[in-house]
Amino acid sequence: MPEKPIKGDKRYFMTGNEVVAYAAVMANADIMYGYPITPQNEIMHYWTRMAPKYGKEFLQTEDELSAGFTTVGGVLAGRKAFTATAGPGNTLMQEPISMAEAMRLPIVVAVQQRGGPSTATVIYSQQEVTLTTFGGNGEGFRIVYSTATHQELYDYTIKAFNTAWKYRFPTFILGDGYQAKMRESLTMYDPESRGIELVSPEAYVGMPGTPGIDRPPGQYRNTYNVEEELYEVLQQYQKEYDAIAPEVAEFESLGAEDSDLVVVSHGVVSRAAKEAVMELREAGVKVGYFRPITLRPMPEKQLREVANKAKTLLIAESAIGQLARLVKDSIYGCGAGIIPLFKPGAGITAEEISAKIKSVLG
Amino acid sequence: MSVQLAMPKSWRVDTKPHKFCPGCGHGLVLKALGEAIDELGIQDKAVYGCDIGCSLLSWDFFNIDAIQTHHGRTTPVITGIKRANPEVIGIAYMGDGGGYAIGSQHLVNAAARNEKITLILVNNTQYGMTGGQMAPTTMPGQKTETSPYGRDPEKTGYPTQGPEMVAAITQEGAYVARGTVANPKQMKGFIKKALENQINGRGFSFVEILSTCPTNWRTNAEDTWKFLEKDMTKYFKVGEIKVPESRHEEGK
Ligand SMILES: Cc1ncc(C[n+]2csc(CCOP(=O)(O)OP(=O)(O)O)c2C)c(N)n1
Ligand code: SF4
Ligand SMILES: [Mg+2]
Repeated sequence: MPEKPIKGDKRYFMTGNEVVAYAAVMANADIMYGYPITPQNEIMHYWTRMAPKYGKEFLQTEDELSAGFTTVGGVLAGRKAFTATAGPGNTLMQEPISMAEAMRLPIVVAVQQRGGPSTATVIYSQQEVTLTTFGGNGEGFRIVYSTATHQELYDYTIKAFNTAWKYRFPTFILGDGYQAKMRESLTMYDPESRGIELVSPEAYVGMPGTPGIDRPPGQYRNTYNVEEELYEVLQQYQKEYDAIAPEVAEFESLGAEDSDLVVVSHGVVSRAAKEAVMELREAGVKVGYFRPITLRPMPEKQLREVANKAKTLLIAESAIGQLARLVKDSIYGCGAGIIPLFKPGAGITAEEISAKIKSVLG
Repeated sequence: MSVQLAMPKSWRVDTKPHKFCPGCGHGLVLKALGEAIDELGIQDKAVYGCDIGCSLLSWDFFNIDAIQTHHGRTTPVITGIKRANPEVIGIAYMGDGGGYAIGSQHLVNAAARNEKITLILVNNTQYGMTGGQMAPTTMPGQKTETSPYGRDPEKTGYPTQGPEMVAAITQEGAYVARGTVANPKQMKGFIKKALENQINGRGFSFVEILSTCPTNWRTNAEDTWKFLEKDMTKYFKVGEIKVPESRHEEGK
């Protein structure tokens, strides 16, 4: 059995869903659980094609509740387990995700955002930001990478497994239907050949030895008897989450230090924002670009620095202020004002962003 | 001189006495399960999942790796574990609300896929933990908090025939039975056969156990037993419902 589909570095031209499937294989993921939903289907399709060749497993479940809970089970068994979903599936999956959050289970979930609310479109949106960062009846102890390119889909899918198993928080690759379905070139590589060490999973149940005799039983719960018990657990989680946040948080910025107006965007929209900002800067307009790569945790320190210098943040997103809420939360008390460019469920072009910048700058 | 141990070897002594109400059937089921695990010698391989419902009180009941899940979701969690590590013996323990209402899609589909796991479902005819509401298994005419005038089958249907349904949708190789805490020896036998079915890799195994909830039934000892043995068995027939055919070929 060949060990891996990719050796060394190689250029490819493929869809984002295919990239995620390859990256999961290359991250040494063991098992995928999933339920069909557009636009993530091809992650399962490519995974199931590769799985038998590389000793991997797949289970198609009866719904996303089950896909999420079986993924939880896979992780408990000590396997690198993942699932993928979108839209209404993401809604259902919040229940198992909240269990993973409560018990610090390193599940990995790829979300390819589609239009909402409800069934809406199967095509594209950035409307699953709130759900993916803070869904469920909890506190959002999750790590969310919002990718913009196929290269990032590859890089961050590999990274997501490492982050999840290193810190034991549920970890997400937040893509969208455009990224899922379009073809683009990227370099795929064997992470280990680049010195990226793949974090090994560990079993929570089913370890060797008889519990109570050779070792204590591995027993886990998410129910508590009294408020204080839960309070203590959550305080500890928060402490640990806050402690790792600075090293987990990632961002990209361009001319954000010296501009009065900074465009803030994430995911695929940031490609348009970057293009618009670069063109305008070449034309001598002082305008900046800032993009959180992690939406949970937000790169708060860097964003606050920007918001303390700039007069205005232009927030561009394919949703009505889901990113903006995260930004406002991060920059509370800073000087910058906010101007929205919200297009729920629709793409945003560089021209639109450029025109908006010009109209703001007058 | 040998001393007869009151508790199965696989029980955790330090978490006893257990937390169920006096007269509750859950403890009897878990005793039978503990004995079956002891007799099969699978304490090192078993992974136990409990639901939300009174079953959650058993999350640290055994000296066995265990996971307390969400209401109705024990089946997919144990399925996920078993799929990821087929070496374990996966046991999903749940109530009738968990298994037949909120988690029914998982029961149906795990059975249809012939998952190599063992489900033990405690039928106490109502939602115990939340204070005695009507469940899919509530008997016609039975008063519960949400059927205060008695369950009206015209409006809310008849009790779910769980094992009969599972037997109908599983393929050859599955094991399906209904036991009762009124007959511990038989109950243990069914649970043991269900586990053996998994150990032998035959297929899905499912045992419903008729059980007692004096707290919500608001019954004394005598009436509790009468309801269990006389009333419940009118709808819920105790016995083996599906047993794998012996493999004739093996003997040839
Ligand atoms: C999603 C969800 N809905 C509702 C509940 C509340 N709840 C907790 S236990 C329970 C009923 C348990 O009844 P059953 O499964 O029959 O178990 P028993 O307590 O009778 O053994 C319910 C509805 C919950 N925990 N989660
Ligand atoms: S409420 Fe009923 S089912 Fe729950 S522990 Fe008490 S007697 Fe048992
Ligand atoms: Mg019940």
